[in-house]
Amino acid sequence: MVSGPAVTSPREGRAPYLRIEQLSKQFGAFIALRDISLEVFEGEFVCFLGPSGCGKTTLLRAIAGLDIQTRGRVVQAGRDVSALPPGRRDFGIVFQSYALFPNLTVARNVAYGLENRRMGKAETARRVQELLALVGLPEQGPKYPAQLSGGQQQRVALARALATSPKLLLLDEPLSALDAKVRVYLRHEIRELQRRLGVTTIMVTHDQEEALTMADRIVVMNQGVIEQVGSPLDIYRQPASAFVAEFIGTMNFLSGRMVAAGAAQVGEVELAVEAEGVPVGRDVTLAIRPEDISVDRPAAAGGNVLEATVDTVSFLGAFYRVDVVCDRADKARLHVDIAAERVHHLGLAVGQRRTIGLPTEHVRVYPPSRVHG
Amino acid sequence: MAELGAALGGPARAAAAGPAPLVKPQVGRDEWILRLGLVVIGGYLLIALALPLMVMLSKSFQRREEFVGLANYVQYFSTPSLFASIQNSFSVAIVSTLITVPLAFLYAYALTRSAMPGKGLFKTIALIPILMPSLLPGIGLVYLFGNQGLIKGLLFGHKIYGPIGIVMAEVFFTFPHAMLILLTALSLADARLYEAAVSLRAKPARIFRTVTLPGVRYGLISATFVVFTMVITDFGAPKVIGGQYNVLATDVYKQVIGQQNFEMGATVSVLLLLPAVLAFLVDQVAQRRQVALLSARAVPLVPAPARRFDLIMLACCSAIGVYLVAIVAVSQFAAVVKFFPYNLALTLSHYDFDRLGVGGWKSYGNSIHLALYTAVIGTGVVFVGAYLVEKGRGFRLGRQVFQFLAMVPLAVPGMVLGLAYIFFFNDPRNPLSGLYRTMPILVINTIAHFYTVGHLTGITALKQMDPEFETVSASLRQPVYKVFGRVTVPVCLPAILDTAIYMFVNAMTTVSGVVFLWGPNTELASITVLDLDDAGQTASAAAMAMMIIYTNLGARVLHIALARWLERRTQAWRRR
Repeated sequence: MVSGPAVTSPREGRAPYLRIEQLSKQFGAFIALRDISLEVFEGEFVCFLGPSGCGKTTLLRAIAGLDIQTRGRVVQAGRDVSALPPGRRDFGIVFQSYALFPNLTVARNVAYGLENRRMGKAETARRVQELLALVGLPEQGPKYPAQLSGGQQQRVALARALATSPKLLLLDEPLSALDAKVRVYLRHEIRELQRRLGVTTIMVTHDQEEALTMADRIVVMNQGVIEQVGSPLDIYRQPASAFVAEFIGTMNFLSGRMVAAGAAQVGEVELAVEAEGVPVGRDVTLAIRPEDISVDRPAAAGGNVLEATVDTVSFLGAFYRVDVVCDRADKARLHVDIAAERVHHLGLAVGQRRTIGLPTEHVRVYPPSRVHG
Repeated sequence: MAELGAALGGPARAAAAGPAPLVKPQVGRDEWILRLGLVVIGGYLLIALALPLMVMLSKSFQRREEFVGLANYVQYFSTPSLFASIQNSFSVAIVSTLITVPLAFLYAYALTRSAMPGKGLFKTIALIPILMPSLLPGIGLVYLFGNQGLIKGLLFGHKIYGPIGIVMAEVFFTFPHAMLILLTALSLADARLYEAAVSLRAKPARIFRTVTLPGVRYGLISATFVVFTMVITDFGAPKVIGGQYNVLATDVYKQVIGQQNFEMGATVSVLLLLPAVLAFLVDQVAQRRQVALLSARAVPLVPAPARRFDLIMLACCSAIGVYLVAIVAVSQFAAVVKFFPYNLALTLSHYDFDRLGVGGWKSYGNSIHLALYTAVIGTGVVFVGAYLVEKGRGFRLGRQVFQFLAMVPLAVPGMVLGLAYIFFFNDPRNPLSGLYRTMPILVINTIAHFYTVGHLTGITALKQMDPEFETVSASLRQPVYKVFGRVTVPVCLPAILDTAIYMFVNAMTTVSGVVFLWGPNTELASITVLDLDDAGQTASAAAMAMMIIYTNLGARVLHIALARWLERRTQAWRRR
């Protein structure tokens, strides 16, 4: 799951390529974006991730000038482009529908942006060939889009968007219309291409796996605000809010109350947590990932040891998802992910009573939240 | 855990020192082009439609340039001979509708739900009336049922001149329009509903009542109001075969041409406009509902052969088909014999229009000119207009006003629009008054008269285009007219051709729209038919009407050939 690119920090000591300042967008009474500020650095691959209606596409369209924001600034390469129409900004864009011109051949689609640029016919043809080779479709120039597969069409759209060498590439759910296998393959392809060209890229997606595997940084959005900005690893390991924790991957939640500095009570159980500055007596939500709960060596969990009954065991291929019920902790139900061989080794079975450990360093503390009911 | 405090306080946000200033988007070159286009074509609709109608409305409250309030209306309703026309118009329209819609339903039902032979032929026959002016059915009926009619005995002593003739002509004339609407509604059926009904052991009558009828109810409503509107606003049929039976449309004509009483003409026009507008509004609602019934996952229904049912359907369609063909055939026959029905020696003398002192062959040439101008210019204007409404961004109010104006012509009877033109363009204070009775005003009027259908065709075609084409083009820094010319027009060419043929055919056949607007040099073929019939030259009137039909037939054939060629040429990129 956390196999994304290593955390790079391309931003050190450099001015951001794209700066979004206090941006808001209203459609009538509906507020789609609320005071968004964000910086994107040159050569970065950034994903806007969130559920539908969170404002991620609206933000992308504001950056492109397609639906200009109500308030706030967009500064690209030091130029304030806030009020400019799309034609006077510098970007290439790929849509979920590809929007390939159906009556033009692949080559003419790619050449579309090169026309009226005082480029000779031969030069245009060379550039088109170069771009088609770049996306791995060197032979497909004379075909029409309808004669290509979905994945191929997507790559033509990418070549067309890159034809004019834009400094910013915008991808609006580019892989959503494709079937699963092609999607996984194209993730890699697009990322490789982006790295090779070094073009600053923003991709909108609702697919967390896509964001985790492709992005240098992920911007998690919800209800028109940014919940968290960070590397895939940050976002996964240290979700900044209960929403992020819930939205990315699988998360167990427990309702509790701070009873002492560094101690939270859940039902009859007291758990050690890292929660500096959270006052005693405050209600909190505790969160822990299924793979962080230990079953075989609970003692290593730093004292957070609970009795639990195994309720269901589901085989999910590489691992088992075991649901346990913690009787003394408000009968909380927890998912526990355990590698297949470990399950056999431990001889886990439904109805057993087991001791489980919740390692302190993996338990996160959030304000009480509605996400888990 | 440094970020914990922030986490407990909710998501991190930039500290804002008050809201950022409002952004005033700059309007790019492309948008200026789109807005300018919208203003230009909107301006055309204003001059060719809105202003004349407004002037006419105000004239109905005037007498000799003086405002007299409702005096004209009071006079109208207190003159029994005028008032009777309203009743006549409604009677004729209601009876025609009650006959046409069930017949059209039966016909469309046979075409979609039976396995009878000859469906292609029957569909073609049903469309014949679209190709002709509404004068022709009257002429044909006179030949069949008139004083010297071939089969006048079938009327059992009743006279064809009057309501009977009008209704018979209107059933003929409106049949294809109702049939096409119902054909579309019936062919949208979802086979799964029928399978479900059969598996629940519903009897055929119950299936018809619970599945078929609900599925086409909006189509039925739509067909009903379309037929009603066509009949109540039609001028041709009552003019030719109405005899002394006055209706609203002929009253307008008589007031204006006969008595030169323009204000009363305007008053009657407003009364004619009211039911048309009402029917239009109901139809709009019905059509919106019909679209909502469409399901993308519907499984098309394929009728299974059923010998008895198929034969009954074949018999019904044949009877209707014979009626449709007979009226045209007898007109053609009468046009090429010396003196129908007494002297059946063949002759072309009825085609010697120039001898008869009317517009003659020149009017036929004028009609061709008008039809070509209307088809070429009208299609261009209408399609560009549809593009500006559909693909324009921002300028919402402008686009909404435009959309409203584009829908108005469907509710305005041709005769009302024509009279409005007299008031507007014949006013010496209007700088455009030089256009009156010229070819340009005929073109302007005809495009406006038939604007809506072309507009809707364009909008439908444009809605099927990816909305991001314009965006992609702009991001590649290409002007909007380039994506329009290189992509939009080629992809929409079938719809554009449909609009062109529609404009052409209607320009050839229209009578009511242009009857007040032609001049000595611009008489049209359809007007000549009217004049010849008025002058008792019925055979020549039939001959000229047949010329219109053949011309339209030729245009249709050309259109089909062009469409086929286009389909072959573009099949490489058209999706299945």
